[in-house]
Amino acid sequence: MRFRHVPSFLLTVAILCLGCAQAFAGQANVAVAANFTDAAKEIAAVFRQKTGHEAVLSFGSSGQFYTQITQEAPFHILLSADEERPKKLISDGLAVPASRFTYAIGKLVLWSKDPSLVRGVDTLTGATFTKLAIINPVAAPYGAAAVETVKSLKLYEKLRPKFVEGATITQAYQFVVTGNAELGFIALSQLTGNPGGSRWLVPQELYKPIRQDAVLLNKGADNVAAIAFMTFLKGPQAHAIIEKYGYAFDGKNATM
Amino acid sequence: MALPHDIWVWIRLTIELAAVTTIILIIVSTPIAWWLSRSRRRWKEVVATVVALPLVLPPTVLGYYLLLLLGPGGPGGLIAGLWGGRTLAFTFEGLVIGSVAYSLPFVVQPIRNAFDALGERPLEVAATLRASPWRAFWTVAVPLARPGFLTGAVLGFAHTVGEFGIVLMIGGNIPGQTKVLSVAIYDYVETSQWFEASVLSAGMVVFAFLVILAMNLIDRRGVQSSA
Amino acid sequence: MTDASKIDVSFRGALGRFALNVSFAVPARGVTALFGPSGCGKTTVLRCMAGLQRLADGYCAVNGDVWQDHSSFRPAYKRPVGYVFQEASLFPHLSVQRNLLYGAPETRGITASTIRFDDVIDLLSLKGLLDRTPHKLSGGERQRVAIGRALLSQPRLLLMDEPLSALDRQTKDEVLPFLERLHASLSLPIVYVSHDIAEVERLADHLVLIRAGAVIASGAFDDVRSNPRLPLALANEAAVTLNATVTSYDERYGLATMKVEGGHFVVPMPYTASGSRHYLTVAASNVSLAREPARATTILNILPARIMSTAAANDYETVVLLRLGADGTGCRLLARVTRRSWDDLGLVEDAGVFCQVKGVSLMST
Repeated sequence: MRFRHVPSFLLTVAILCLGCAQAFAGQANVAVAANFTDAAKEIAAVFRQKTGHEAVLSFGSSGQFYTQITQEAPFHILLSADEERPKKLISDGLAVPASRFTYAIGKLVLWSKDPSLVRGVDTLTGATFTKLAIINPVAAPYGAAAVETVKSLKLYEKLRPKFVEGATITQAYQFVVTGNAELGFIALSQLTGNPGGSRWLVPQELYKPIRQDAVLLNKGADNVAAIAFMTFLKGPQAHAIIEKYGYAFDGKNATM
Repeated sequence: MALPHDIWVWIRLTIELAAVTTIILIIVSTPIAWWLSRSRRRWKEVVATVVALPLVLPPTVLGYYLLLLLGPGGPGGLIAGLWGGRTLAFTFEGLVIGSVAYSLPFVVQPIRNAFDALGERPLEVAATLRASPWRAFWTVAVPLARPGFLTGAVLGFAHTVGEFGIVLMIGGNIPGQTKVLSVAIYDYVETSQWFEASVLSAGMVVFAFLVILAMNLIDRRGVQSSA
Repeated sequence: MTDASKIDVSFRGALGRFALNVSFAVPARGVTALFGPSGCGKTTVLRCMAGLQRLADGYCAVNGDVWQDHSSFRPAYKRPVGYVFQEASLFPHLSVQRNLLYGAPETRGITASTIRFDDVIDLLSLKGLLDRTPHKLSGGERQRVAIGRALLSQPRLLLMDEPLSALDRQTKDEVLPFLERLHASLSLPIVYVSHDIAEVERLADHLVLIRAGAVIASGAFDDVRSNPRLPLALANEAAVTLNATVTSYDERYGLATMKVEGGHFVVPMPYTASGSRHYLTVAASNVSLAREPARATTILNILPARIMSTAAANDYETVVLLRLGADGTGCRLLARVTRRSWDDLGLVEDAGVFCQVKGVSLMST
């Protein structure tokens, strides 16, 4: 008899709790450039722990995200792989101008699964390999950076016939990891966790720095969780994670 | 706005890939479809399921396994070694293999259905008229299954023309070798060049439409004149 | 030791719910009918003879040529058979002419026994159909083309699986004469499967009775049909078919007098010339027996005959086999009488009686 009301009592408590949670914790939809995937996941987890807000992450190419955002995709934040897309979104009137900042500086690395292949610049000048993987330079800044590097070394004519383009950063990585390309230019962040092989961190002088910019989209302008996320991203905890994944910041060098 | 002169290279490559793939598909699919249709073994539906796998596997998964198979560690590497290469990835031949694997169920299924629809009777009749199984196959089964072959060819061709995921995965976007129209369109979309992307896409649609229309018309005339 | 002029067949195996165990040897000439109810296995036997089906155990030899035994199996396409299916099954993508020639051998060696294209066209009246496609033919036309096609493959044995079953009554009557022509003009042995005695009685020389997967009788058609110990004679539609020749015609009353072996029949029918031949079917249920010829009766045909044997049809009726003529040497007749009448009249085997035949049907020719 006494327990007859327990189920409805519990239900009321649950609804109240949910309502309270809604009042305190928000959700932000974040579009994340593919190269930043692992770092973003870790950052979102810590963010949730600290603030209770949920950062819902979607991963893909910056170009695709740009297109989707112009078509009213429900994102609040874009973490792009370049500066161009965030700038364009602002000039298109789709993002909050003052919110743009560089959340990470990407590092280009020449990597091979073969531990003896990559020894530095000589590997490129010697050019004993058949296929060199890069990311599609038209679509991704890491690809453009790879081409810039090769041009800076005056090896473009020689190496161009050996290029194979992956459409995404993951594909370029897969070309190298399956051995189909003996080596390739990928993002340093992809080697976090040290998959062995041999690598050469490309000196910054050889290519324009890959500034990865974040921007708050109009749809997220009033979103508490989104604003909090942008703030968190600039903070020390996020920075530590970002560095761990092989990115740099203005005025700081990346570590291998 | 002028389209790049490369466009003719892309178009030629796309048509070549689709044509070669379709021919190989018809040749490869016919014995498979015949076996699936006629066999009484219990594990034949297992084989049918394996053939149909590309229908449900995402291109990224299929592409990855193709990379392994075509690469230095797999059979592709061995074959490429015959002419001094390391891998079949990034080659036109590799694309053909990938396209054949990916479009296989689209060609096997209609041909198998056509063979199934024949039933036993026409072949029994042929046998009682002194036709060997080989002769019965070519003079009775194949002509009567013609709609299935046509459907398979059209599907295989159209599917390859529009196919994108696999090409992207194992092609490497090499101009003149593996840069086909679908990838070119993808590039335009990635860089927000909408006009060029639309023009190319519209061209592909028109082309596919004409091909399928032509095949249907040829088939109609063939039916009327058979005697 | 295989008899060179026989078709020797033996098949054993599982057939759906029951087991098939069929053996028979029939002459390699004329028409042999495989007769029995639906599902008795007769079609399976035919398919096994053609090599289209293979049971656990099989033997088939035609004219000394062994097609199959326990250690060998010649596949269907290597057996010189012609097969006519129940549904014509013409190739839809070929014209009638190309259908006909599909099985014809490449080499042009023409011998006396070659079945010629023109002969087949004439025999089956196919001349006007050659350029048509199968879907433009009627059911009867298709079946005739199917028969022609089977013939032109130069078979040494023609197998026909209920070729008329799928046709309507009128078409059957159209096609049956062609089959009779076939029978009359070719020396090709034919094995004909049917469940309709009316088809078979016009064609069969030899009858193999099959029931539930086993042969219950095999012999000359008339013998099997009129044997009171066999189901055919005991069935309600039991009948015999007699060969009759017209001797005279009464124009005033429209009656033809026909002679059969052992007696005469008077048959009401349109004019028919003396000397012409007809087949008379006399149903057992139309024949009653009497000790003495009745006097004032409308029955035209009262013939003396002798009782040969008898068997019980059911609890209250008996089937009697008689032979016409006072000496009992003429053709066979069946009579169906009540047991009571049999006892009342004190009838016994070898007794002389009079057959009163109430109705005679003429088989149309």
